[in-house]
Amino acid sequence: MQNRSRSQRGLPDFQENADPQKMAFLLRKQWALYSVTPLYKFSYANMKEYSRHLSAFVAAEKQKGLAMVVGIDLSIKVIFSTLLGLKGTDRDQAAILVQIASKTQTTSGKEEEKVVWSGWFCCVFGDELLENVPEDFICLPLFLANGAETYTAIIGTWFQKTFDCCFSRLAISPLNLAWMAAMWTGYKVDSHAVATELIFSVPCIPQRLDISYAIHPEDAQALWDTVQNTQGEVTQEEVDLFMDCLYSHFHRHFKIHLSATRLVKVSTSIASVHSDGNLKILQSKYLIGVLMLLTELAILQIQ
Amino acid sequence: MSVVRPFDKLPVLNSAAILLVGTDEDLQRQLAQTILKEKKDFKISIHLATSLPLPAERDHIRPRIDLIVFMINVQSKYGFKNIEASLAHVDANFFLGKVCFLVTGVGRVNHCSVDMSAVRKLGDVYCSPLIFCELELEGIRISTAQRLLRMLQICAGHVPGVSALFFSSLMRSSNDE
Repeated sequence: MQNRSRSQRGLPDFQENADPQKMAFLLRKQWALYSVTPLYKFSYANMKEYSRHLSAFVAAEKQKGLAMVVGIDLSIKVIFSTLLGLKGTDRDQAAILVQIASKTQTTSGKEEEKVVWSGWFCCVFGDELLENVPEDFICLPLFLANGAETYTAIIGTWFQKTFDCCFSRLAISPLNLAWMAAMWTGYKVDSHAVATELIFSVPCIPQRLDISYAIHPEDAQALWDTVQNTQGEVTQEEVDLFMDCLYSHFHRHFKIHLSATRLVKVSTSIASVHSDGNLKILQSKYLIGVLMLLTELAILQIQ
Repeated sequence: MSVVRPFDKLPVLNSAAILLVGTDEDLQRQLAQTILKEKKDFKISIHLATSLPLPAERDHIRPRIDLIVFMINVQSKYGFKNIEASLAHVDANFFLGKVCFLVTGVGRVNHCSVDMSAVRKLGDVYCSPLIFCELELEGIRISTAQRLLRMLQICAGHVPGVSALFFSSLMRSSNDE
């Protein structure tokens, strides 16, 4: 089922219809990744109603003592909105943003509304793989959450009950992490180029050992440019060759076979991702490319 | 360069030898112990190796190898590469049913470093069956040991009327029907 090659499609410049201010909040935050099965009878027109229902649900759950908020909490409000521009093709459904804002009273007596939790559903280039989905279903297989785990659980429960869907944490295998390392190194970054860092986990007795391998961004890009020759397409062989070059360089210096360890985290100038399913996006320029890969993994996990 | 050959030595009466090749030494040893604990009516010698070729110095005291089991751990790319390199040191006549691949570690998605299609391709190219098992679980280890013992009996010629060539039926998947 694993793809042997992925095409680096012409990534649309998503900033055409997007609101740059809204997009800015997506960056530099730690997002927990989930895969979501299609939502049954979700309607974009009823989002105000959903906001009201969910606010009531969250308030009710809070009274059960599940979510603790410090300070005088006047009310919890849930806001549904769409995120424009976060899609690959027109067949992808529009991304949905859910935010929990809580009004607190500051020391000066003024009411302040602060966003305490954000979560967004999206689908980027997922149409080919979701062709067989019947009507009444909205496909937004990738879900990203930032904020307290208790809120994520409450929101997840409500969605599961209301739209008969299923959330599960997205697990990313070392194989897919290697793909991300290779593909994201290939994206040209003009400024703020950060070293590409790979973290490997070695099962050791008595304590687990973590090896961090940092590569200068220009060197990494130069290596990828020599490896990647098929225009517009990335193959498994190229990814393997890229990783093998890095492994043999490390072996030459430290006599350690990194291929016998497990790759757990990849950090590039574009984004950083951990195999437990945590993502941090650092640049908005290639956001669609990042989401495209993650959507594909989410869909594979659902199937 | 010594190549492992299937018919360069005379067989010993009522005994068989199995060679386990793989980089995960703990798992190898556990499997070997489980095989030894099984009930059998012939003498068995189990040889463990991390890679081929086998050292040439001990070649004269080594018995004829009847079955080679390559243990592929999907969690280690290094082990997989090692096995790919070791396959070059096996005589082509072995691949008529006397070789099989044991694939472990597939259970945990987060830990798979080897592409599954590459593993399947290896099985196809070398015309040998792939047996998927999680050897850390005792029940599966015991049933795998029993299976290997049965295969070993057939490879060593202890079962009249059945030869190792019949193992090609193990490679036909339901997709081919």
